[in-house]
Amino acid sequence: MASDRAITLRVNGRSITTAVPAHRTLLEALRDAGFVDVKRGCEKGDCGACAVLIDGVAIDACLTLAWTAEGRTIVTAAGLGKDELHPLQTSFIEKGAIQCGYCTPGLLIAAHSLLAMSPDPSEDEMRFELSGNLCRCTGYSKVFEAVKDAATKMAAREAHHD
Amino acid sequence: MDARFDLEMPESCEEALTLLAQDGAVPLAGGTDLIVDLRARRREPRLLVSLDRVAELRGIAAKNGRIEIGGRTTVTDLVRSPAIATAAPSLVQAGMAFAGQMVRNAATVAGNIASGSPAADLVPPLLSLDADVTLISTRGERTMPLAAFFIDYRKNAGQSDELIRTISWQRPPERAVNAFYKLARRKGDAITVTGVAVTVAIEGGRCTRARIALGAVAPTILRAQQAEAMLEGKALTPALIEAAAHEAAGQSRPIDDIRASAEYRRHMVKVLTRRLVSQAAERLG
Ligand SMILES: Cc1cc2nc3c(=O)[nH]c(=O)nc-3n(C[C@H](O)[C@H](O)[C@H](O)COP(=O)(O)OP(=O)(O)OC[C@H]3O[C@@H](n4cnc5c(N)ncnc54)[C@H](O)[C@@H]3O)c2cc1C
Ligand code: FES
Ligand code: FES
Repeated sequence: MASDRAITLRVNGRSITTAVPAHRTLLEALRDAGFVDVKRGCEKGDCGACAVLIDGVAIDACLTLAWTAEGRTIVTAAGLGKDELHPLQTSFIEKGAIQCGYCTPGLLIAAHSLLAMSPDPSEDEMRFELSGNLCRCTGYSKVFEAVKDAATKMAAREAHHD
Repeated sequence: MDARFDLEMPESCEEALTLLAQDGAVPLAGGTDLIVDLRARRREPRLLVSLDRVAELRGIAAKNGRIEIGGRTTVTDLVRSPAIATAAPSLVQAGMAFAGQMVRNAATVAGNIASGSPAADLVPPLLSLDADVTLISTRGERTMPLAAFFIDYRKNAGQSDELIRTISWQRPPERAVNAFYKLARRKGDAITVTGVAVTVAIEGGRCTRARIALGAVAPTILRAQQAEAMLEGKALTPALIEAAAHEAAGQSRPIDDIRASAEYRRHMVKVLTRRLVSQAAERLG
């Protein structure tokens, strides 16, 4: 029981191989492998600081066992932009939606998944999709402003590409 | 995490059932209850059988007026399903008041039922829909009313080698209202203080079906059957609705805890039952 097994995880376009036991959470495995933008908060699903995308779906890495993520595509906040910052990241910076920054990676992931579903989200939708992310600093208004702003930027970029 | 266990990730239901027939084996779905319990050492299973890769356990199907959902269907799947929106509005309302995005993306219907929590939000809606639950094991399959599945606080009729395969119900009649209200201390990501789900059908001015299910006000989620019986066969006058709501409150057995007092919970059963049944009566004319 509890012996290590080598697993290969695809994270932000890279493949990493790591030997971990069955009880290792994805949060622990990712941080041990250097993906420290995935934050350790409550470790019980309350705060959303550990959120990552698995096959495009936002989940809490602290409630996911590392073995179950093998063969899936994992994206952390640092992997959202390709060569430059993602519009969500620039909007968070420009709108002052980051204070201590601890909640930011998780919020970016949850917001990313919100915009993938709903490119022009209402206030209610933002509240609904971001309620699993706790922020002790900003009071959330700047976060909502930033998400709205990013949505506008992304829509403009889409229009430009057409 | 410190807890120690083995983990298997079968690809088929059959494989999962063979693994679950072993001593100390427990199914793992979204992990939003189980991983939290393992970390807190509230449970110490020897083997977790992840249902992650068992595709056949996930999905929503509608045939012959019957809705069938796989046990591994997530809360997000429910909230986004057009079939559920028409066949079970109460389930969508429960999903909209359920946890936060990441938990909803992982949390499953079977996990919610099997957790046995009196505050499990999908259960009052499913009880108000007269849902059946189908259990499967290497020994075979059996179907029972969901209402019969709950025995006592965190105790259910499932055996340790059984999986909840599907949950199914008959789509409510045309002239019916099905609704759920979750009372909690916040709108987002909060544990239910009192949850009430109702189904009300009216034909020719009389109530032909009344279902009232109460969450977080007793050791298990329950149906207020006496209150339902008061409504069925009658015209839904304000006085009758008031009396039935009072009866429903009488059937609840709430406790005091940090979220609310027993007295407040009982009062809110009455308020919410009255409100939901009145709204249904109004809408159905
Ligand atoms: C932050 C947070 C917020 C939450 N908010 C809510 C809320 O608002 N409302 C609410 O109702 N709940 C809430 N929950 C509780 C939890 O998310 C739900 O109960 C969820 O539905 C559990 O499903 P799961 O797939 O994660 O189950 P798991 O944690 O994987 O399993 C739970 C139990 O069910 C068993 N099980 C799983 N699948 C099956 C199956 N197919 N057959 C038989 N047994 C099975 C497991 O063995 C285990 O005993 C919350 C949890 C967290 C962490
Ligand atoms: S650390 Fe995962 S939700 Fe808080
Ligand atoms: S910026 Fe500090 S917790 Fe959100």
